[in-house]
Amino acid sequence: MASLKSPPERERHDEPGPMVPEPFVVRSKRQDTSDTWTLELTSVADDAGLHFAPGQFTMIEAGGSGEVPISISGDPGEPDVLVHTVRSVGLATQAICKAQPGQVLGVRGPFGNSWPVELLEGRDVVVAAGGIGLAPLRPAILAMIANRERYGRLVLLYGARTASQMLYVDELERWREEGFEVHATVDSAGPEWLGHVGVVTRLIGRARLTASFAGLTCGPEIMMRLTALALADFGIDGEQLYVSTERNMQCGIGHCGHCQLGPWLLCRDGPVFDWQTLAHWLQLRDV
Amino acid sequence: MAELASCTLEREAFDSLFEALERRGYGVIGPRVRDGAIVYDRIAASSDLPVGLTDEQDGGHYRLVPREDAALFGYNVGPHSWKRFQLPAQRTLWRGKLDEDGNLSDIVEGPAEPERLAFLGARSCELHAMGILDRVLLGGSHPDPAERAAREGVFIVAVQCSQAGGTCFCASMGTGPTAQSGFDIALTEVIEDGRHYFVTAPGSDAGRELLAELPTSAAGAAEEGAASAAHARAAAQMGRELDITDIRELLYRNYDHPRWNEVAERCLTCGNCTMVCPTCFCTSVEDVTDLERTSVERVQRWDSCFTIDYSHIHGGAVRQSAHSRYRQWMTHKLATWIDQFGSSGCVGCGRCITWCPVGIDITEEARAIRASEEAVHAGAR
Repeated sequence: MASLKSPPERERHDEPGPMVPEPFVVRSKRQDTSDTWTLELTSVADDAGLHFAPGQFTMIEAGGSGEVPISISGDPGEPDVLVHTVRSVGLATQAICKAQPGQVLGVRGPFGNSWPVELLEGRDVVVAAGGIGLAPLRPAILAMIANRERYGRLVLLYGARTASQMLYVDELERWREEGFEVHATVDSAGPEWLGHVGVVTRLIGRARLTASFAGLTCGPEIMMRLTALALADFGIDGEQLYVSTERNMQCGIGHCGHCQLGPWLLCRDGPVFDWQTLAHWLQLRDV
Repeated sequence: MAELASCTLEREAFDSLFEALERRGYGVIGPRVRDGAIVYDRIAASSDLPVGLTDEQDGGHYRLVPREDAALFGYNVGPHSWKRFQLPAQRTLWRGKLDEDGNLSDIVEGPAEPERLAFLGARSCELHAMGILDRVLLGGSHPDPAERAAREGVFIVAVQCSQAGGTCFCASMGTGPTAQSGFDIALTEVIEDGRHYFVTAPGSDAGRELLAELPTSAAGAAEEGAASAAHARAAAQMGRELDITDIRELLYRNYDHPRWNEVAERCLTCGNCTMVCPTCFCTSVEDVTDLERTSVERVQRWDSCFTIDYSHIHGGAVRQSAHSRYRQWMTHKLATWIDQFGSSGCVGCGRCITWCPVGIDITEEARAIRASEEAVHAGAR
């Protein structure tokens, strides 16, 4: 039956699908706190990191222990190495935190949208971080420092449970020298801590903020909610405040459905949203 | 359009369709009876079809019963949908090796389904469901090449419904009962005056070429009229209806409606509705390792928003209550889907009603919420 038209040639898919990880090798590892480590990785294929925008995340895994979404914490100006700060809270993150230099992990991404650092040029910006929430904000802080002259006042408000739970302690001083007003607080202090004590929103009053500010915030949902309320008192409304959200994410590309919040797939449409957009959905119970 | 260039194919010649598909190298998937239900599986001849059977459907009720004739397609949709071929219930995404230091190496993608398939017997609501799933899986910025390849090679023989089932409401959703596009060939089955035949219409060039090989005759006005009458009969028989006027806004206004608590008292959170739904696309992944942890395989499986684990993040699940999980499912289907993917996620096939063990009816739930709002407005007047 030579005259029969055979079915159209199926498109070959030699390109690996978006669900297949790329091998990355751990180049260095640093312990930040009792349960948090920072890993630097490079791709096995080309010995490089990933080009990314501040706020984006990857799906990362140590083989056989499951994959998790982790924000990229590195400097977007130096994509030659992929930096992740990971808190060991479950099976997958525990396996990642145990990885030793030289070990090969799997990485997919980068995925998601980003902090609007370019949009905020010309503005005063306040960055409010709670605990591990500083990790997704670090690339935004570094990006703004790299273009320091394009911004007005830059303020970082950082709260951690205790002084020993603070991330990037050495860098906080450097950021201060590079043009950030840095205010830090801890929930409970030992004798070694001489700074502020109390929740991070208590710092807002000390930072002399005005309605000219825009905000970036990441931390526990309750902390972001209280930050939004406190900033509103200074005339910084929900449209000027950007938050990074968290839900169960299993694919990173809007296919698995787990990270839905009302009309959004947070991995695809977020993780960064303005507070105005999200506030209605976060105040509804169990959405 | 479907009505143009129509021909007739006699029942006795129907197996020529199977032969033409096989000559082209297609594996044919279509309806057949298994375990007391009509499922989609491999078929080789018209005798594999549920000949002379129909399905009785209502909330939580499904029975196969004999028909008075020997129709090949005299039933509506069963628990299977074509979703299982677009998005398999389980598939290996990739395999890799692990050494004693935990290094991940030799990552290879899971095998792509090598076979090219023909779907025989897809209904209008199902063609719409395939389009909706395509938008979810292939319409974004990260289409999966394996899923795209599986979808692109499919040859679709649609069957026009000539009757509607007890839980059908495609007319409300604008997805049927008569398929206008999205097929290679559409068939309308007609049995009257001792004659059993199919009115055929091509929907693509590939369909036109294939039809040209079948022993068809040009359809006359009487035969085309009989097909149109069959389509009209199905439209008039809809077992259910759902008023979708401003449905998105209606549900967005009613996240705190007491009806969610009422339905939660009946809902078993079993997830049957999500398994039978032709558009529910949620999946989860799991790593499978051998006992010595020398190899790892990532397996993707259908998941359901009715499980607690579905919304798990460290600190606990976001949706703990049955109330919040049913609300998530129904609101996603009818409202948030529109924001996420540009259309409703519901095609009105009625499977979620039929296969709910306690007969929860999405049309009734939507009606109850709408009616209570109208009652409030009436009271305010």
